[in-house]
Amino acid sequence: MIAIAIVRSRDLLAVVMLTGIYGLLSASFFVVLDAVDVAFTEASVGAGISGLLMLSAITMTGRKEAPRRHKPFLALFVVLVTGGMLIYGTMDMPYFGAVDAPVHQHVAPRYIHESMQEVGVPNIVTAVLGSYRAFDTLGEVAVIFTAGIGVLSLLSLPRRRKKYQTDEATEEQMHERHMVLRIVSKALIPFILLFALYVQFHGDFGPGGGFQAGVIFAAAIILYTMLFGLDTAKRVFNPALIQILAAVGLLLYACVGVVSMLNGANFLDYNALAEDAVAGQHLGILLIELGVGITVAAVMLSIFFNFEGRRQAQLHNAKQKGEQDVSRTL
Amino acid sequence: MLAHLPVLQVVLPLMAAPLCWFLNRSKLVWIFALIVSAATCVNSILLLMEVMKSGTIIYELGGWEAPWGIEYRIDKLNAFLLLIISTIGTVVLFAANTSIQKELDEDRHTLFYSLYLLSLTGMFGIVATGDAFNVFVFLEISSLSAYALIALGRDRRALWAAYQYLIMGTIGATFILIGIGMLYQMTGTLNMSDLATRLVDVGHTRTVFAAFAFLIVGICLKLALFPLHLWLPNAYAYAPSIVTAFLAATATKVAVYLLIRFTFTVFGISFSFTTLPLQSILMVLGLVGVFAASITAIYQQNVKHILAYSSIAQVGYMIIGYSINTSTGVMASLLHLFNHALMKGALFLALGAVMYRIGSVQLSQFQGLGRQMPLTMSAIVIGGLSLIGVPLTVGFVSKWYLLIASVEAGMWPVAVLILLGSLLAIVYIWRIVETAYFKPPLPGREAVKEAPWTFLGPIWALVIANIYFGIDTRLSVQVAQAASQSLFGINP
Repeated sequence: MIAIAIVRSRDLLAVVMLTGIYGLLSASFFVVLDAVDVAFTEASVGAGISGLLMLSAITMTGRKEAPRRHKPFLALFVVLVTGGMLIYGTMDMPYFGAVDAPVHQHVAPRYIHESMQEVGVPNIVTAVLGSYRAFDTLGEVAVIFTAGIGVLSLLSLPRRRKKYQTDEATEEQMHERHMVLRIVSKALIPFILLFALYVQFHGDFGPGGGFQAGVIFAAAIILYTMLFGLDTAKRVFNPALIQILAAVGLLLYACVGVVSMLNGANFLDYNALAEDAVAGQHLGILLIELGVGITVAAVMLSIFFNFEGRRQAQLHNAKQKGEQDVSRTL
Repeated sequence: MLAHLPVLQVVLPLMAAPLCWFLNRSKLVWIFALIVSAATCVNSILLLMEVMKSGTIIYELGGWEAPWGIEYRIDKLNAFLLLIISTIGTVVLFAANTSIQKELDEDRHTLFYSLYLLSLTGMFGIVATGDAFNVFVFLEISSLSAYALIALGRDRRALWAAYQYLIMGTIGATFILIGIGMLYQMTGTLNMSDLATRLVDVGHTRTVFAAFAFLIVGICLKLALFPLHLWLPNAYAYAPSIVTAFLAATATKVAVYLLIRFTFTVFGISFSFTTLPLQSILMVLGLVGVFAASITAIYQQNVKHILAYSSIAQVGYMIIGYSINTSTGVMASLLHLFNHALMKGALFLALGAVMYRIGSVQLSQFQGLGRQMPLTMSAIVIGGLSLIGVPLTVGFVSKWYLLIASVEAGMWPVAVLILLGSLLAIVYIWRIVETAYFKPPLPGREAVKEAPWTFLGPIWALVIANIYFGIDTRLSVQVAQAASQSLFGINP
C-alpha cells in the first residue's frame, strides 16, 4: 500500500516520509523473519539516513514533481514481465523455513556450528560478514567510498573561500525559532553518539557493526547540522578531515588484509594477526569493523555537507540575483 | 609474493584509490596512478604466464576454503581478460594528464584518478573472482565509478547521459542480483564451481530457469546488446575523452566475460543452450545489432557517436561468435574482445587528441585535419581499417576466425551477413577519412598543431599493436584458443 502511495503521490516531501515508513515496515518485516541484523541495517539506512539525504535534496529542487508528458506504457510492460517472471520463479522454491531447503543444508551448518570455535564471535552474522566473507565486506566499503567520491565529484563547488555573512544572520534567526527542537536534540545527540559507539563495538555479540554504527553516528551529526547550521558543524568537523577519514577507513580495512599477507597467510586471514588464532580473529574483526564505521560515517557526512553547502550557495546566489534585480528596477 | 598475485591484482588499485587523496597534486597523483596501473599490468602478465604454464590458480581469501569463504579462481579466460584490461588501462592513463588539463577543473583531478583506479578495481574484481556474489559487489564498484566518471564531462549533456546509464545499469545489476539470489536459494552456495556441480540436480526447476533469465537479461543490459544499448552512445559521447577511451575498450568486455562465465562455467553448456532458445535469440540480436548500429553510425555527425555506435556493432560480432557455440566461435569472440580493445582504445584516444587541439569532435570540424595533424589522423585511418577488417590488421584476424567458425558450423548466411556488416563499417570510416583528408581546412581557423607526444605515444603504441597482432597472431590466438578450449572441456 505504501509503495503504491509513493508512486501515486506528487508531493515529494510526502514521498520521502512514506519512504521512511516503508523502510521501517520492511525492517519490522525482517525482524519477523528473524533477520535482526538486516532489520537493523534497514532501519538505520532505509528509515534513517536515506530519508535525511533525500530531504536535503528536496530543499534544493522544490517540493512538487513536474507533470509528466507521456504515459510510460513500455515501462509498465517491462515491470509486468519482470513481476511475472519473479512469481514464476517462486513457484519451485522450497517452502519458507523448510529444514531440507538447500540454503540450510550446504554452507550454513558450518557457519552455525563451528564459527564459535573458528572465529570466536557469538554473532554468526558478524562472523560471516567479518571473517568468512570479509572480502565481500571490503568490496561493500569500497562501494560506499566510490559513491562518496562520485557525489563529491558532482557536487563539490569550485573552491572559493567566501563567507556568506548575510546568510549567517538569517540562519541564526531561523534557528532561534526552533527553540524546543534545539534543546531536545541537544540532550539527545550525546546519547545517539554513545549508542552508535555501542553498536560499533558490540557487533560481535549482538546485532550491529560498522555499517549501522557509522550511519547512526552520521545521523546524529546531521541532526546537529540541520538545527545549528552548516557553519557551526563545519567548525567541529572539518570537511577536508572528513574526506581524509573516509579514505583512512577503507585503508585501515585493506591494511588488515595486507598485514595478514605479510605475516605469511592469505589476504584477510586474521588467524595470522596474533599468536592465538581466535584472538587474531577478534582483533581482525574489531579493526575492520572500525574501518567500516569510519568510512561509512565519513562518506555520509561528506555527502550531506556537500548537499548543504550547495544549497547555501544556491540561496546566496538567488539572494544576490534578487538584490541585483531590485536595484535594477529601482 | 608470487602466491599472492591473484589478490594483488585487485587490492593494489583498491588501496591506491584512497591513497590518491593524500597526494592531492594533479601531476603527482597522475604519476602515482600510472605506477599502480603499470604494476597491475605486470602482475597480470605474470599471472597469465603462470596460468599458461601450470593451470588454474586458486586463492582462498581470508584463508577459508571455497564454499564457505570466497575464492579467486584464475584460469586462462580470466587471465586473458585481466591482461587486456590492465594493459589498456595503463596505456590510456598515460595520456590522461594532458587530456584532463583541458577537459576537467583543476580541483577534480584527484577525484578523477581515484575514480579511475576504483573502476579498474571493479573490473579486475569481477573478472578474477570465483564467487557469484563477489561479482555483484565489484560490479557495483565498477558501475558507480563509471557513472561518476561519465558525469565529469564538461558538456551538460554528460549529466543526463550518466543518469540514463545509472538507471539502466542499476536495473541490470538488480537483475543480476535477483538471479544470484535465486541460485543461492536453490543450491545454498555462492561459489561458482560449487554452483556448477549443485545446479545439475535442480536444473529442471522453474526457479533456476527464472534465475537464468534474470542473469542473462541483466548481463545483456551491461553488455549494451541491441535493443538494450540505448544508454551507451550518449554516455560515450559526452564523457571526458580519456574516460571514453578507457570504458569503450574495457567495460563491455567485462560484461561479455560475465556472459561467458555464467553460461559456460556456472550453468554449463548443455543447460544454457537447451532450456532457452538462447543460441538463436542471441544470434539474431547480434546480427540485427551489427546492422542497426552500423547504419545508425553512418548518419551521425559527432565522431564520438559514430564510434560509439560502431562499438555496439562490435559487441554484436562478439555475441555472434559466442552464440555459434563451438570452440572456434567462442575463440573468435575472445579474439575480437582483445582486438576491439586495441582498436577502440587507439581510435578514442586519437579523438581525445583532436578534442585537445580543437575542442570539438563534430565531423564538420575535422575538415583539413589530415594535413594539420598527420600523425593523429593516420592513427585514426589505421584504427578504422582495423575496424573494417582489412588484412594485416587485428580486425582481419578476428573476423577471419569468426567466418571460419560460422562456416564450420554450417551457417553460411551468417558468414555472408558478417561480411555485409563489414561493408557498412567502410562507409562510416570513409566519412571521417573523406572529411579529414579531402576537404579544405575550415576558413577562419588558425592552423592546428599536431597533438603533443603524451597523446601520440599511447595512440601509436596501440596502433602498432593493432598491426603487430594482425601479423604475428601467436600470442592472442594461442591464449584465446586455450581459453575457449578449456571452456568446452577440451584438453589441448
